Amino acid sequence: MAPQELQADTFPKLLMHQARTRGDRPAVREKSRGIWQTLTWRDLADETVALAAGLAERGLQRGGHVALIGDNRPRLYAALCATQWLGAVAVPLYQDASAAELLDPMRNAEITHIFAEDQEQVDKLLEILPQLPAVTTIIYDQDRGMRHYRQPQLVSHADLLTQGRALLAARRDALDAEAALGRGSDPAALFFTAGTTGQAKAVVLSHGALINRARTAAAMENLRDTDVTMAYLPPAWIGQHMFGYAQPMVVGFCVCCPESPETMLADMREIGPTYFVAPPKVLESLLAQVSVRMEDAGRIKRSLYQYFMALARRVGVPLLSGQAVPLGDRLVYRLGDMLMYGPLRDVLGMSRVRLAYTAGEAIGPDLLLYFRALGVNLKQLYGATETGIFVCVQPDGEVKPDSVGTATDGVELKFTAQRELLVRSPGLFSGYHGDADATRLAIDADGWFHTGDAGWLGDDGQLRIIDRVQDVGALADGSLFAPKYLENKLKFFPFVKEAVAIGAGRDEVCMVVSIDAGAVGNWADRHNIAYSGYADLASRDEVQVLIADCVGKMNAELAQDPALASLQVHRFLLLHKELEADDGELTRTGKLRRVVIGERYQALVDALYARRDSVRIDAQVRYEDGRQGTISADLKICRAPTFAAAPLPMPTRKAA
Amino acid sequence: MTVQLHAHARAFPIGGPIVEVHDISLNFGGVKALTKISFDVREHEVRAIIGPNGAGKSSMLNVINGVYRPQAGSIVLRGERLAAMTPRRAAHMGIARTFQNIALFKGMTVLDNIMAGSNLRMHANFLEVAFRLPRALREARECREAAEEIIEFLEIEHIRKTPVGRLPYGLQKRVELGRALAATPQVLLLDEPMAGMNIEEKQDMCRFILDVNDHYGTTVILIEHDMGVVMDISDRVVVLDYGKKIGDGTPEEVRSNQDVIDAYLGVAH
Repeated sequence: MAPQELQADTFPKLLMHQARTRGDRPAVREKSRGIWQTLTWRDLADETVALAAGLAERGLQRGGHVALIGDNRPRLYAALCATQWLGAVAVPLYQDASAAELLDPMRNAEITHIFAEDQEQVDKLLEILPQLPAVTTIIYDQDRGMRHYRQPQLVSHADLLTQGRALLAARRDALDAEAALGRGSDPAALFFTAGTTGQAKAVVLSHGALINRARTAAAMENLRDTDVTMAYLPPAWIGQHMFGYAQPMVVGFCVCCPESPETMLADMREIGPTYFVAPPKVLESLLAQVSVRMEDAGRIKRSLYQYFMALARRVGVPLLSGQAVPLGDRLVYRLGDMLMYGPLRDVLGMSRVRLAYTAGEAIGPDLLLYFRALGVNLKQLYGATETGIFVCVQPDGEVKPDSVGTATDGVELKFTAQRELLVRSPGLFSGYHGDADATRLAIDADGWFHTGDAGWLGDDGQLRIIDRVQDVGALADGSLFAPKYLENKLKFFPFVKEAVAIGAGRDEVCMVVSIDAGAVGNWADRHNIAYSGYADLASRDEVQVLIADCVGKMNAELAQDPALASLQVHRFLLLHKELEADDGELTRTGKLRRVVIGERYQALVDALYARRDSVRIDAQVRYEDGRQGTISADLKICRAPTFAAAPLPMPTRKAA
Repeated sequence: MTVQLHAHARAFPIGGPIVEVHDISLNFGGVKALTKISFDVREHEVRAIIGPNGAGKSSMLNVINGVYRPQAGSIVLRGERLAAMTPRRAAHMGIARTFQNIALFKGMTVLDNIMAGSNLRMHANFLEVAFRLPRALREARECREAAEEIIEFLEIEHIRKTPVGRLPYGLQKRVELGRALAATPQVLLLDEPMAGMNIEEKQDMCRFILDVNDHYGTTVILIEHDMGVVMDISDRVVVLDYGKKIGDGTPEEVRSNQDVIDAYLGVAH
């Protein structure tokens, strides 16, 4: 690494370095009007400094906070860095949050300037603007529909840029001095935690912490400036920020923004990224799409798929890890690569993927192995917003489905008596914004961050995460109960969208399941089952038998392992709706909010354990436009086949 | 539905009459489809024609567009009196339309359908196109650019390359609007653009119609069944019943017009 690069301790300095050393290489690409438009590092730096001039003119000061609401696009990256150029803190927010949901974070972070993508975001902001007296400027990117807005706070991104460029000649030196003032210990960005438990907290990360983590992981994975990645996840998620902003700034590789969320898959096929990051949810939906399409395929293709997937799981997985595989198997795998794996990787846009991470949530082992079997080097990593993501990464050649890898450089791990994982690393956050008490609770006097995750370190030095400390419980008979493990296992079936396992303190495990409308709908079409909508589909007897079959298969697998046999799911019910972030049941990154779900569906849980046949539910739902409504439905409680624990060879049905 | 647009200053202020119809009468044999209909449409406004089933709304649109030739009356387009309109002449004069039952090339992609809409602006002849001569290439590029702008405007990037026949109804309607827009019309005739849509699709379509009017300054004449939609988005409304004009004015005026109420709710005899 060049010494200059090592000196760069803030993102604006890194940007200047990249503009100097690889000014003509692409920094950001965006598909616009059907054509990929490229912004080089020099273009990006020029735009950033002009924007910084405009922001300074608009009164942005060192230490101020700037909110950014909108999709990944070149202008977002320029806005991020322009904010940091002036020593202000960037606060990316979730673009699909409602006006009410935006209010608290904005107030908490004392926002003064806002970058909003379009009219939709501006409308939300204007709704809450009376409660945000500190906000002086709202910069909107797309001017469509904005012609009639007369609020004095509003200014278009293009106008601000023009204004900034005009000021640049006179202010260039002052601006460069401003950027040089930045220190690694300065706060760079503020992220709101996923908030699976209670209120979201504002995590402050310094330039130094983010750059340290980005650099460590890039060196470990040997990332180069010729790598290409896709930016399609919400910019408010620390992961997207790390992989789409921090790492490209450090390494100098190119980030590609899809045309719209709907075109993501097609755009990814065109770009062919070499570095790809996806939360398990995205991988699940990719797998579901493949499964659904294979169900529709002809018999020859279907049997080819089944044969080669079985082979891939047996041969491809060890092959990717560099283990010895018999020559015959290797040759057949090569044939499979020509006939099936290659084309399938191409359909998924993963032909060139050299390194893929899954992050944000624990991934089911089956899902991880599916992609690895295809020859995609998908690895798990472990981290949190507070740790600047990278705590552990699965090293190449040692990917074990049940572990999240070894500690990355600079990270120390230890455990409390309750198995809670503590982390100490140069990438730790500086504190929760405006909440010193919470900071003291999270980071102890010796600098250890309490993750709230329960886990243990294996003999191989790899970390295993069980679940959240507070979610890990025990069944009435004392056997360990980790709900996430079961949920991920069931979610491997394409028909299952979400699942919630219940069992702590109970004698048996039960589940609340929501079906995948696409996959089950397709299945229903093929079986001539007519239905009117989601609720109707979920209440069909045939669908319940279908899901019972999935649960039964999962139970059969659980029964193989004496330690897990008692976790078999005895009863389940199918929800009349999908779990939704808009209803507060999931976080914006798609994690279950167990407390909310537990309260809302208490009646269902009671009915499951009262062994009733059906239960009536009146649920509050919130529509996209903010209106409230009630849905009532009768939900049937279904029994799943359970099996005696191994080593009994014959599955025997137990009376449930 | 709350769509507030006209409360604000308009980018294209409503101008003088762009289309006037005078005493139009249209018979099919003994059936009087239209009887002495007169009204005008001003530049940059959204003008709705409403009425119960069989009131003559589509006939009226077909007369403006030159598909039907009325037995009596005349049409004045931008001050020019035209005794008889033909569809081709209408297209050349900047009138584009969509149809009640979608009229797209089902087997072609969305992009190709929209590009087909700018056909009138292409001047290269067969040989120029066949040998890829400069003018043909330039026109093809301009045509594609215009189509891409429309695709972005209507937010249908994700179906750019999808054959139209595979799309759901609501999206097909949107593509049809796109095809009409590709002709860069000054007057856009929309025949029941919201028919058969669910509430969300209707809201989207309303938004697009208003955006077209606001962004390109296109004059919109639309036929609609759904009173709620019409009242929200139009500047002025013509009401037809049994081929006769029974009301004309702003949505508020029309709403309080006794004849209109009678026509929609029926009268006690």
